Amino acid sequence: MSDRLLRFDDWISPVPPVEREVVSRLVEGEGDQPPLLFVPGPRHGAWAFAERWLGHAAQRGFPAYALTPREKGDLRAHVHDVVQVAASLPKQAVLIGHGEGATVVAQALGRYPARAAVLAAPAPSRWAAFKTNPLGTLPAVFGGRLRLNRRQLFSAELPADEADAYLKRMTFRRPTNRKSKTRPVGDPPVLVVGSPDDRIVPRKTLDRTATEYGGAPLLFPGMGHDLMLDAGWAEPLDAILDWLTKEISAAS
Amino acid sequence: MHDTPDIADRRDAVCVIGAGASGLAAIKNLREHGFAVDCYERETSVGGAWNWRHDRSPVYSATHLISSRPLTEFPDFPMPDSWPDYPHHSQLLSYLERYAKHFGLADAIWFGTEVVSCVPVGDGRWDVTTHSTGGGSSRVQRYAAVVVANGHNWAPAKPEIPGEFRGTVIHSAQYKDPAQLRNRKVLVIGGGNTGCDLAVEAAQQATTVWHSTRRGYWYAPKYVFGRPADQVNDRLLKWRLPLRLRQWLYRRTLALTTGDLTRFGLRAPDHRPYESHPIVNSQLPYYLGHGRIKPVPDVTRYADGKVELADGRRIEPDLVITATGYLPRFEFLAPELLDCADDWRPDLHLHAFARKHPTLAVVGLLQPDAGLLPLAHWQSVAVARWLRLRQDDPVRAAAVQQKESARPVRGWSRRQVVPTRRHWFEVDHVDYLKAVDGLLREMEPVK
Repeated sequence: MSDRLLRFDDWISPVPPVEREVVSRLVEGEGDQPPLLFVPGPRHGAWAFAERWLGHAAQRGFPAYALTPREKGDLRAHVHDVVQVAASLPKQAVLIGHGEGATVVAQALGRYPARAAVLAAPAPSRWAAFKTNPLGTLPAVFGGRLRLNRRQLFSAELPADEADAYLKRMTFRRPTNRKSKTRPVGDPPVLVVGSPDDRIVPRKTLDRTATEYGGAPLLFPGMGHDLMLDAGWAEPLDAILDWLTKEISAAS
Repeated sequence: MHDTPDIADRRDAVCVIGAGASGLAAIKNLREHGFAVDCYERETSVGGAWNWRHDRSPVYSATHLISSRPLTEFPDFPMPDSWPDYPHHSQLLSYLERYAKHFGLADAIWFGTEVVSCVPVGDGRWDVTTHSTGGGSSRVQRYAAVVVANGHNWAPAKPEIPGEFRGTVIHSAQYKDPAQLRNRKVLVIGGGNTGCDLAVEAAQQATTVWHSTRRGYWYAPKYVFGRPADQVNDRLLKWRLPLRLRQWLYRRTLALTTGDLTRFGLRAPDHRPYESHPIVNSQLPYYLGHGRIKPVPDVTRYADGKVELADGRRIEPDLVITATGYLPRFEFLAPELLDCADDWRPDLHLHAFARKHPTLAVVGLLQPDAGLLPLAHWQSVAVARWLRLRQDDPVRAAAVQQKESARPVRGWSRRQVVPTRRHWFEVDHVDYLKAVDGLLREMEPVK
């Protein structure tokens, strides 16, 4: 039985509403570009995108929004929040998920016909995290918190004090559970980006995820997991926006 | 592109008739499947029946949804979760307006343009004649397919009541504002959701209220156990409880909540639960209990300027509102195109696909026991995918058509209902969606 048409979960026990934190950097006037909705993993908040990427995207003409994941939400609640915010935007949105946020976006694509989607450093692997930081990861294996360190998230080029300041703003808790892959509705173009030097997302994951969507990952060697905060943050974003511009002009 | 001087050939484009909820879903989903779409809308704005500004809109100032929000929203464009369980009609309109804006549908819609006729020209193509509602010359354009979404709640079905009546008689379509009821003696005819709503409104405004119903109904409350009633009901459907058991639970739940209404003079239902379109009204029993609504039987005739009832009694209202529903109307189509019976009852596969014309479909012609929008959405997805398959892979399309023609009607149409006009398009939302899902799977693109 398909849960695509028969959505008993949503019909019987709708996800309880919450106040959602959405940070935005807007463009003046009604531009032609679709709005971007950035979705961080539960470790980060909207702040992680507000730091660099939102402003830069807005400068390039894309109204940019970022959503802070609700506290204590399961995957279903996070997906619900993304779709709620996307549907509240004036135009069909581009969903951009990072880390576990990419897992949320991949699910949300089955619920909302996005204009396009980007999965950045998708689906962090607990095993990869364990290999690079066994002590921080061990509790997660037993259902506890997953704690990551500076070296796992950032490259050596990012000054240590900056990286530590970011780490302080993160909240570490139990990673959300995965779910089987959902087929996107509306057949949006999907791009996978990441770094071969990411210490919690193995290169294989990037390739596999990209293959699922019929493409190859766009790679940014030398960068850590947190593409949006690491030194050289502009490069992946510019590449994403270039790709988007190309896809949109190809469709029209 | 003109291949003849008169007929503009729109080639692979699809014509959608109506920009209400179903029409908007059709435009969006056809475009998502790569079709160019021209939608014709006689009004100057979107929203169809839900736009109270439209002269054909049946909504009145106090109209609220009777199915709860999660069962009413489009599956790929949820309503804000901060909205109430049962939103007001103005919220539904703003929702449809946002849907149209969000997906950029307005540039496909020709507002103030009425479709006069659709004629098949062979090869599955259609000549569509339109003209501006403001007057002006008509235009003929040729389309690859026609999707009809003209709604079925705008042509009032008015009962023939013989005799002369001194007061005013209006159809519920003409009822807009409670001021129309204030300080009057009102008779509301009809036990549907509108009839019950109007009886309740009248109970708050009029001096005397009679509510005439032909038979007893199951009046469900809007909330059961603190949850919207349809959400509780769907839990039973999720558990796949057999119909008999659900009927028993329904009776028990109603007995424990609403209680026995025959005490107030209503007749006991002459059918089992789930055998008529659900009536959802928590306030009717309340006003019956206050004596503000007097239930009366069927109206037989007007006599001496009064209203005569089936039990021989005569009552003297000064306003009669007939909440007797609406008829489907397809003035722009020859009746045989939709296999219509004499009374304009179309016979369509899944209430959507014309049986002899593979490029003609109707979206939204349903009376579900839940919100219509999700069903209209999936109908239009099925129509779009069907048209796409027919174009891309005619051989497979023929196979699907063959297989679908063998699909038993009992699988998607409500099995047992009181055989009246209001149940022509009655469907169970779960059974219906299962059937549409089956069709969608058959048409799944091959990977």
